[in-house]
Amino acid sequence: MRDMTERAVSQTATREPQGSRARALLKGARDQFLRHREASVLIVALVLGAYFASASDAFLTHANLVNIWQATAPSAIVACGIVLLLVSGEIDLSVGVVAALSPFLMHYAIDFYSIPAIPAIVLALLAGTLIGLINGFVTVVLKVPSFVTTLGTFYFITGVVLTTSHAYPAEIPASVDNAIGTWLGAGDWAHLAWGLIIVVIFHVVLTRTRWGLHTIAVGGNPLGASESGIRTGRIKIGNFMIASTLGAFAGLIEAFRIHTIDPNLGGGTGLMFTAVAAAVIGGTALAGGSGTIIGGALGALVLAELQNGMNLIGISANPYFLILGAAILLSMIANVYLTRLRRGGRVGR
Amino acid sequence: MDGDTKRDVLRVENVAKRFGAVTALSDVNLRLGAGEVLGLIGDNGAGKSTLMKIICGFHRPDAGRILVDGEPVELKSVDHARSLGIDTVYQDLALVNELSVYHNMFLNREPVFLGRFLDNRKMRRLAREHLADMGVRIPSVDVQVAQLSGGQRQAIAVARSVYSQSRILLLDEPLAAMGAKEGALILDLVRDLKARGEVSILIIAHNYAQVLEVCDRVNLLQHGTITFDKETAKTSVQELTDLVVAEYRAARQGSAGPAGQ
Repeated sequence: MRDMTERAVSQTATREPQGSRARALLKGARDQFLRHREASVLIVALVLGAYFASASDAFLTHANLVNIWQATAPSAIVACGIVLLLVSGEIDLSVGVVAALSPFLMHYAIDFYSIPAIPAIVLALLAGTLIGLINGFVTVVLKVPSFVTTLGTFYFITGVVLTTSHAYPAEIPASVDNAIGTWLGAGDWAHLAWGLIIVVIFHVVLTRTRWGLHTIAVGGNPLGASESGIRTGRIKIGNFMIASTLGAFAGLIEAFRIHTIDPNLGGGTGLMFTAVAAAVIGGTALAGGSGTIIGGALGALVLAELQNGMNLIGISANPYFLILGAAILLSMIANVYLTRLRRGGRVGR
Repeated sequence: MDGDTKRDVLRVENVAKRFGAVTALSDVNLRLGAGEVLGLIGDNGAGKSTLMKIICGFHRPDAGRILVDGEPVELKSVDHARSLGIDTVYQDLALVNELSVYHNMFLNREPVFLGRFLDNRKMRRLAREHLADMGVRIPSVDVQVAQLSGGQRQAIAVARSVYSQSRILLLDEPLAAMGAKEGALILDLVRDLKARGEVSILIIAHNYAQVLEVCDRVNLLQHGTITFDKETAKTSVQELTDLVVAEYRAARQGSAGPAGQ
C-alpha cells in the first residue's frame, strides 16, 4: 500500500508545481490514516495516557503500568477471538463465562480427579475449544443465529459454574501454585507477555494467512465465498473454537493473577462486553468483513487506561460507563462514516 | 445433433432435474465446442440457472449425464468441476468488496509460503500482469473491489476464472444490471477470449441482441428443455423474440383452460 501512495505522490509531483505537492502529501497522509483505522485508536490511547500522566503522578509508575496491562491483557486476548468472529459475521456472548469455567475445570481435574498440573490446564483449554465447537455446530449446521446460540450457552455455562462451585470461590490448587502459576498470570510481566504474543499471532493470522483472508471473505460475502469454494462453515466453526479457547485462556491467567478461582469472574458478562467494546472501538464492524486485531487490542488498552486513570484522579467509577458508552457510539458512527467515504471512492484512488 | 464428440469440450445429455414437485429440467441436450461461445437464453423459470448449477457441480442431475472432453463425468462438487476446468462467473461475481483486487483474483487459490502464509508480493505481481495481459484496466490491484465499477468488477471475475486455468467458462447473466458502456467492455473481453481460443464459453443471458454480438451459436431453453439450436449467423433477434413471445402466448392460452400448474 505504501508504494502505491508514493507512486501517486511522485506522479502528481512530476506533473504539477511545488504548491500542490504539499497538498498531495497531505492527501496521502489522510488516505493512510483512513486506511489504517487502528491509527485513530492509537492516538486516543496516547492522548489519554498523556492526560492521565499529567493529572496524576502515580499514572506512569511501574506498579500502575502493571495494573494497566493486567487490565488490558484479558480483554485484549478475548477481543482477538471476538474480532475473528465478528469479521466472519458471527458473535460469541459466552466467552466471558467460558473464562469463569476454565479455572474451575482445572481445579476439579487436579483436586477431585488427581490429574497432574499441565494435563489439567490443557484439559481446561480444550473444554473451551469444545464449547466453541458446540457454538459453531449449532450456529452453522443447525442454523441458529450465533447471538441466540451463544446466549443459550452463556446461561448454560453460567449454570454449570454456579452449580458445580455452589457459587463459592475456590483456591488455586497447590500443584499449580508455583512456577506454573507465575508463568500463567501470577507474575507481573505474565499478562503483558501473553497479551503481546497472542495479539501478534492473531494479527498475523488475520492479515497474512489464508485462514484470515477466508475469514474476511466469509464475513464480507458469504455466498461469494462459498461459490469460490471456501468452506465457510469450517471457517466459522474454527473461529468459534479459537474465540472460546482464548476465553478459557484469559480465565486461567486471571485466576492465577487474583490468586483465587472466582465463579463471578469479570462479573459474568463483564469480560465479554469489554472485549466486544474493545473490538468495536478498534474499528471492527459487526456486519462482518472488516476489523483488525491490533485495533481490538488498542481498544482494550483505551478502556483499561480510562478505568485506571479515572480511578487515580479520583473520579468515581460510575462515569466510566458514560464514557464507555459514548466511546462505542462515537467510534461506530466514525466507522460507518469512514466506510462510506471509502466506498464513495474518495479514498485510495 | 452433429457427431464429432471429440471436439466438444462439454456435452449435456438427457439431463433432468426435479425439486420436489417442480420439474426444473425435463430433458436437456446441449453441446459446447472447443473455443466456441454459446449463448443460452430463455425466460425466467425456464431452467437456465438450474442447468448452469448442474454443469458447475452445484446440483446433481436426477437423470442424464455430462461429458467433458467426451468422457462421462459425475460432478461431485463445485471444486470437483473446477478441477476439471469448469468455472462459473456468477451474477453476484463472488467478489469480496472488503478485499483488494489481487486478493479477490486469488480467492481460495492463494499462493502461500511455509504452508499457510499469504504470498502477497507474488499475488500482486501476477494479478497485475494477468490483468494487463487481458486488457483489464483498473487504477491499481491494491484497491478494494468496492471502489470499482460494475464492469471492472465483472472483468475481474472473468479474469480470475480464466487465470485459474478454466477451459469451460460459464457466465451467468454477465450483462445484467450493467450500463451500455460497461456491457461493451465485457463483450470485448469475451471477444478477446474467443480470439485466444483457450476457453469455451457458455453465456447465460436475457438480452438477445447483445448475446448475438459475441456468440457463435444460440440455444433457447423453454420449459426445461432446449427447443432451438442455431448458429448465430443463421438467426436473428427477431426470430428469437418471436419464439419466446409465441411461447408466452401459448402459455396464456393454456392457462385459460383447465391445465396450468
